[in-house]
Amino acid sequence: MTETGIAAEPYRIDAPETVIDVHHLTKSFGGRKVVDDVSMSVKKGRIHGFLGPNGSGKTTTIRMLCGLLTPDSGDGTCLGFDILTESDRIRRRVGYMTQKFSLYQDLSIRENLEFVARVYGLPDPRGKASAAIERLGLKGREKQLAGELSGGWKQRLALGACILPEPALLLLDEPTAGVDPKARRDFWNEIHALAAEGLSVLVSTHYMDEAERCHEIAYIAYGKLLAEGTVDEVIAGTGLVTWTVSGPDVHRLQTELETVPGIDMIAPFGTSLHVAGRDADALEKAIAPYRDRPGLRWEKGEATLEDAFIDLMRRSEDNFQ
Amino acid sequence: MTGTAANGNGNNGSFGRFWAMTVKEFIQMTRDRITLATMVMLPIMQLFLFGFAINTTPHNLPTAVLMRENTDVGRSILAALENTDFFRIETVITRAEDMDELLQSGRALFVVEIPEGFERSLRRGETPSLLVAADATDPVASSSALSALSGIVTTALANDRQIEFSEPTKPAFSIVQHRRYNPAGSSTLNIVPGLLGTILTMTLLIFTALSVTREVERGTMENLLSMPIRPLEIMLGKIAPYVLIGLVQALLIIAAGFLVFRVPILGDPASLTAATALFVVTNLSIGYTFSTIAANQLQAMQMAMMFFLPNILLSGFMFPFAGMPNWAQWIGEALPLTHYIRIVRAVMLKGANIETLAYDTAALAALMAIAMLIAVRRFRRTLD
Repeated sequence: MTETGIAAEPYRIDAPETVIDVHHLTKSFGGRKVVDDVSMSVKKGRIHGFLGPNGSGKTTTIRMLCGLLTPDSGDGTCLGFDILTESDRIRRRVGYMTQKFSLYQDLSIRENLEFVARVYGLPDPRGKASAAIERLGLKGREKQLAGELSGGWKQRLALGACILPEPALLLLDEPTAGVDPKARRDFWNEIHALAAEGLSVLVSTHYMDEAERCHEIAYIAYGKLLAEGTVDEVIAGTGLVTWTVSGPDVHRLQTELETVPGIDMIAPFGTSLHVAGRDADALEKAIAPYRDRPGLRWEKGEATLEDAFIDLMRRSEDNFQ
Repeated sequence: MTGTAANGNGNNGSFGRFWAMTVKEFIQMTRDRITLATMVMLPIMQLFLFGFAINTTPHNLPTAVLMRENTDVGRSILAALENTDFFRIETVITRAEDMDELLQSGRALFVVEIPEGFERSLRRGETPSLLVAADATDPVASSSALSALSGIVTTALANDRQIEFSEPTKPAFSIVQHRRYNPAGSSTLNIVPGLLGTILTMTLLIFTALSVTREVERGTMENLLSMPIRPLEIMLGKIAPYVLIGLVQALLIIAAGFLVFRVPILGDPASLTAATALFVVTNLSIGYTFSTIAANQLQAMQMAMMFFLPNILLSGFMFPFAGMPNWAQWIGEALPLTHYIRIVRAVMLKGANIETLAYDTAALAALMAIAMLIAVRRFRRTLD
């Protein structure tokens, strides 16, 4: 992929300082609360990461933000417009990139882009599409059917179509799922370039490295928002103290440690094990009997974002069982 | 529908969005080569299949001859009947009792009876009667054969037996027809105009019945709904390309009907075009309505078929409308095909124009409006 970047032209973003400001959103499907009392705020020009396990309610929340779903209760604004009553205005100014590729597979790259330009009522749809094709680095392939593109190119085209009508806010639902690392990196460079121009982004993801590229993150599990803030704030918020232990047989150690009180989370990382607890003293006491075991090397470390998430997930599981 | 005020573009953008949808649908239509080929081939194939199956000049009709006398004239008529391809002589009988059984069982559609003393009366110039009993349950099959019979017999007698008729203006014999089971019969020209409506109904319903469910199944609906386009714009944009297809189909059928089946267009072609366009849009709207109700493409197809059946049976295409019970006529009045068949038969065969058919035209327009209203109301802008 070329490094031309999708956002070559500067945006004239006209958005309030808080682009997403929603309170107590709740949505149930078939009696099950998929999103439960979620409040969220996203500042203009920020990249807001939206994390959580599968089925935690990320997609449902995003759909409520752009008017595709009506919340059972709760309210708020998106770009200053009421999400309950002004979804038409929100639609015009929000670029929503669905989880599954949802452009027309039997239309060519150019035809898809022209369709988007026409639906949004942009002047000179052909010219707009041509410009987008050039920015995307797809010149010469514009007649190719969208369905024939590789995963990375599809994602790139989808983003290109999203930003074609110059939205003020991007809602990206797992945009990099199934995309190779190079394409992911290019994608994130583009997202940052767009944000630098004042575009706000809410992006859901499973990848920890992507979460760390966000200005702020929100963590949702079982429909509940469990943590929100910068990466450091979220890690600090869990209050975890982490020890890293490496050695030849950490797997057996894991099973031994699992029942020891004072340890809140154990997670294997290759040949090492992250052992974490919220009470530093209790944790030290808990691991004391194993510290001198031959072959094991114990090191006190910083909790990572992943440690924090796994801990958050465990705790929420406990609450929901 | 959400009010115009809620949309920043106002009304100017509305046509643009409709047009975006139309262009998109048109490209998708042309890209699917098999479907496109079907759109052109299907009406032609159906017309030929139905048209020849319900042939107005049938051939090889199973016929029995009841010979009451064994004379040269009798054998001559028998040979002449065998030489035309209207009739196929199944059997020659001599007893009148066998006649009923042959007709009832369907082994013969016709029984030609040459009465006793036929030749002698003929030579005396007494104008004897040739009796024909026809199974008229299929009036289309029987009537044209009956009309051909007189000529066949006259030619046979003149050429083969040198029977001179003293007065050419006075027929040498008469044919007494006995149409059994269906004394009224009906016009054969009814069929092609009826087929025009039937074929259009079937193909058009299916085109749009799939249009919304296809977007849902392919996952493109989520993207479409997140865009600033309104249900009415989506519907009109999806219908528009198929109006063109429907008119092309109609043109093909009318042309083939004229060239192959000799169906005239006595009325005003503009009236016919206007009525056809209205009928096309009505069916597309109904198909689209199904598409907004059905959960998937299969359901949409089934709904289209369920709607298609009464259209065929109760519209007057298959059975004379006047002969149906009241309840069936009421249902028939609610079907677009009923009104279209009336319009087309009147315009093509009776030379009527659309002004004299105001009731049926208005009924078609009303059905279209109802279907569109339901579709736009049913179309959900959210995924709830």
